[in-house]
Amino acid sequence: MTFNVSKEQGGVVVVAVDGQLIVGNRQELKQRILDALDAGGRKFLIDFTRTGYIDSSGLGVLVSLSKKIRDQGGDLRLSGLNEDLKTLFELTKLDTLFAISDSPSEALAHF
Amino acid sequence: MRPALCPDVRSCERIADGIETELRLVVPSDVSFVEEAVEVVARHVEAHFVDPHAIRFNVRVALAEALANAILYGNGEGADRGVELHVLFGPRTVQLEVTDEGGGFDYGLVPDPTSPWARTEPRGRGLFLIRELVDEVRFNATGNSICMILRRA
Repeated sequence: MTFNVSKEQGGVVVVAVDGQLIVGNRQELKQRILDALDAGGRKFLIDFTRTGYIDSSGLGVLVSLSKKIRDQGGDLRLSGLNEDLKTLFELTKLDTLFAISDSPSEALAHF
Repeated sequence: MRPALCPDVRSCERIADGIETELRLVVPSDVSFVEEAVEVVARHVEAHFVDPHAIRFNVRVALAEALANAILYGNGEGADRGVELHVLFGPRTVQLEVTDEGGGFDYGLVPDPTSPWARTEPRGRGLFLIRELVDEVRFNATGNSICMILRRA
């Protein structure tokens, strides 16, 4: 599991989740994004194109980050969910809370 | 480098539903072991099950949830405690039993995490996901052991 952080045109901080987003690593993702938020970042894209599965702790971190980013006047988008991950978001109705795009490029176009 | 988790895997007498193999594993009360424990189980079960996709996704997520609950809430991440994992499986049935050393939990008290007021909460989705992803969920009387069963026709 790794989190690859990059900065795209327009100042969008892109975090690619390679592996799983679960209880054992959720705090690392949270800290990476909070550090970028503290450093002035306001546009965030988390890409799940290379993600196997997400557990409820991972979903919880996304909910928590979404609120913190919004409170700072920022914007969080998600991309690259496969059919299984989309099902998780639909089951938990979190698809109603997040802006979700099929691909990172599509998400970047929406910022 | 810490030692890898080592499961005890053996053939067993057919109990029911074509179950023919059992796997036992003790997982330390540290959430950093969850991913490895889930992979160990998935690796052993996937090749024997008629629906490998359900192992790769449903079982991985449900087991990660149960282990996280056992480590964080059951054992309180106590270093002197472990989580017992007992898996029985065959081509069409997987039964995963996760037991912690805590005093138990009333699983009837968990609110619906999809209600509009709960949706923005960071917690409370674990048991809900387990129930959605497997076919049957049972608890022991104490509430410190969960049994999850996935079946395929």
